[in-house]
Amino acid sequence: MAGVGKIARRTFLIGAAAIAGGVAVGYYYYRKPYPNPLEGDLTADEATFNPYVKIGADNTITIIAPRAEMGQGISTTLAAMVAEELDVDLGQVKVEHGPASYAYYNAAILEEGGPFAFFDESMTAEIVRAGMGVVGKFLALQGTGGSASTRDGFDKMRQAGAAARQMLIAAAAQKLGIAAADLETANGSILHKASGKSLTYGAVAATAAIMAPPADIRLKDKADWKLLGKPQKRIDMLAKVTGAPIFGIDVTLPDLLYGTVKMSPRFWAKPVKADFSEAEKMPGVIKIVPIDTNYGHGFGIIAENTWAAFKAAEAIDTEWADPEYPLDSVGISEALKRALGTKGSVMRDDGDVNTAFADAPREKIVEADYAVPYLAHATMEPMNATARLKDGVLDIWCGNQAPTLVRQLCANAVGIEQDNVNVHTTFMGGGFGRRVEVDYALCAALMAKETAGRPIKVIWTREEDMRHDAYRPASVGKFQARLGNDGMPIAVDMTIASPSLIASTLRRLFPSISPLGPDKSIVDGAHNQPYTIPNYRVTGVAAPVSIPVGSWRSVGSSINGFFHEGFLDEIAVAGKTDPVDLRKKLMAAYPAAVKVVEKVAEMAKWGETLPAGKAKGIAFTLSFGSWVGEIVQIADTPSGIRIEKVWIAADVGTALDPDIIEAQLISAAVYGLSAAMGQEITFADGMVEQSNFHDYDAMRIFQCPAFEVAILENFHKMGGVGEVGTPPAAPALANAVFALTGKRIRTLPLSKEVTFA
Amino acid sequence: MRLTVDGQAFDVNADPEMPLLWALRDLMGKTGPKFGCGIAACGACTVHVDGQPVRSCSLPVGEVTGTVTTIEGIGTEGRLHPVQQAWLEVQVAQCGYCQAGQIMSAVALLDEVAEPTDADIDNAMGGNLCRCGTYPKIRAAIKRAAVLKTAGI
Repeated sequence: MAGVGKIARRTFLIGAAAIAGGVAVGYYYYRKPYPNPLEGDLTADEATFNPYVKIGADNTITIIAPRAEMGQGISTTLAAMVAEELDVDLGQVKVEHGPASYAYYNAAILEEGGPFAFFDESMTAEIVRAGMGVVGKFLALQGTGGSASTRDGFDKMRQAGAAARQMLIAAAAQKLGIAAADLETANGSILHKASGKSLTYGAVAATAAIMAPPADIRLKDKADWKLLGKPQKRIDMLAKVTGAPIFGIDVTLPDLLYGTVKMSPRFWAKPVKADFSEAEKMPGVIKIVPIDTNYGHGFGIIAENTWAAFKAAEAIDTEWADPEYPLDSVGISEALKRALGTKGSVMRDDGDVNTAFADAPREKIVEADYAVPYLAHATMEPMNATARLKDGVLDIWCGNQAPTLVRQLCANAVGIEQDNVNVHTTFMGGGFGRRVEVDYALCAALMAKETAGRPIKVIWTREEDMRHDAYRPASVGKFQARLGNDGMPIAVDMTIASPSLIASTLRRLFPSISPLGPDKSIVDGAHNQPYTIPNYRVTGVAAPVSIPVGSWRSVGSSINGFFHEGFLDEIAVAGKTDPVDLRKKLMAAYPAAVKVVEKVAEMAKWGETLPAGKAKGIAFTLSFGSWVGEIVQIADTPSGIRIEKVWIAADVGTALDPDIIEAQLISAAVYGLSAAMGQEITFADGMVEQSNFHDYDAMRIFQCPAFEVAILENFHKMGGVGEVGTPPAAPALANAVFALTGKRIRTLPLSKEVTFA
Repeated sequence: MRLTVDGQAFDVNADPEMPLLWALRDLMGKTGPKFGCGIAACGACTVHVDGQPVRSCSLPVGEVTGTVTTIEGIGTEGRLHPVQQAWLEVQVAQCGYCQAGQIMSAVALLDEVAEPTDADIDNAMGGNLCRCGTYPKIRAAIKRAAVLKTAGI
């Protein structure tokens, strides 16, 4: 890409601040391993080999999968990485999330945080990627996000299993007096075939664990994999079909109190009046306390049961200060459109766009304005956390995507050292980026200060959850293309304005750090797509609207996938080119992309004539390292448009568990289609208007299409899985709606213009 | 008041206006039914009262007259209900939070209709929201459960 050199010399968000910090501390510190957090917490006959493996004398093998299980199946796939190299069956191991620890930092989460496209393997891009990995370690972010868990774990967790296995073999060799080279392993035992002698891993674990880790760790060839690359039974499935108490909301402790919160419906605004007199008199209510955090202001209600807390919250009479942002959706939309006219950051700049447009004949120009709304995550499990502050030690139980952040910020909030905070990470009833935030944990921690050592479970109502999110940002885009005589685009100019979610996240989590440089997420999914157009400019503008925004499944790509691929469809129509052919031509330099588009077109029989009243739309987005094409087929029915079928082809580089990947691709597409069909968060009087599933619904079973999925492994780098099915879903649907109705809908949700069955 | 839940008798001292869900979760230790919305819009709290599926988040505990069955009462790890067995075989769940409610709605459907059609499934399951989009597998698992149940497994 021509623009890369220019951009690389600039600073960019996160990178600049953190890399500078890294250089100051030095390379030595980066190389130094973190201590093994399992060491302090072993039972008498347990031994630990590294932060990922514990083995008991009774041959109980425990694997630590230190990423948040929010449904994506990550605990199963991470455990399979260790089990593969340890030579044990998944059915024979226990899998735990483990403690919050810097040892579990996620390096991959930031690797793609630089301003480079995934396919850019220039030296500058690779240097920045390596630097970002260092940053990941310095920030010691034990985080789940960015569809990065398998990419981050792939080497280190296989190495952890292999190292433990080699140590176990060495210990067995010593004990049996047989050369290590003559020993084999299978199902948790070490065997000597010639003599028939065998030892369980447990029998030598204690000796093996104190041996020096091998300097040369040998990993299996892909061809020898027994677990990886093959569908595994999920380790969490039995618990999830029997109603087992595995979620944060299910935590039960002796002497447990219950609570809820009533936070300002105007973000950042303080209460100007609060009357607790009615609420405090209600049966079961113990105490009402103020809550002030970087997320905002309000009250916590401490009660004997959840229902009493909910009723009391309703009975608190409050007035809140005015908001610092525009009062309603019209004002917000105007602020975004004004931002479009201000100076932004050019994140892709191929050729010479100004010159290409200067002499363009009017009939060769395509122009369009796009917009998408704020969106809530609306996880099935409303936000909640349980906390106990006793004898100077804070214990927090909650589902979360960033345990080290929970630990640090809760320690600060209650005024104790981080070492005195234990984070117990539970399974979560959906995450989608919502549980990167720590507001639910902060509220519980602050309320635990008021209960004289008793634990308190703080559950938000759905209304509180819907109205206090870190929303997917609203965004607007201005798009312009110049077509050549052959109908192909010669030049495109895209300007996108939205509030910066990095700046917004920093305000909540690290208010002392001020954002530097452009926020790549504003243009993610638009500036880094594998298309070659001679003059290609993408500019991002951070709009000054301070409603809290954060990471929503696929982040910037959820916005720009719709913008970019909708506009490309308009270019195809204006240039009288088939949308599949147009993409294949523009992608010719990226064979992995071409193969994805060819595959999905073949599966969907693109080009075959459909009966009247049916139509298809296609879209493609490269995000989080995976190349994904989707085709949506819709039908006109008496009760509205019905989504009949969705075809998905995805190149993930290396497919570690095809069943889980397929489930994630379908899940992410349903998530994207739900939003495209009908979701929006709007504002009136400085407050979110939606409150529950009656006015912020999602796709239901009777609306769900049939799916057909193909997983490809053509590209040489592994991609992510959890988010990549979302970006192409909305544009493929909108493009199908255009093909069916002739209506080009450029503003989501589509339900503003058409009805869905 | 006295309630029978999953075959066990409970003496519950609660405001009769308290939804059955919170009485189950906070007072009886039955955390299988989940809180999702509080307005009977998502189905995560679905339990049976005398075999009929109800949204326990919106049913005052004082109005409960029949015996209550939750996800914890239909099967156990060693002895799964055919619907749970089918859910396991089809590997339905992702985050799993809505699945207790989905399973309870499916159990009630199969008690009513031995071999449900797609339309029957749409009607019976439309009130159960799943944000992970497991619907295609839910549909497949209900059909598998119908086979298991008919075969007496």
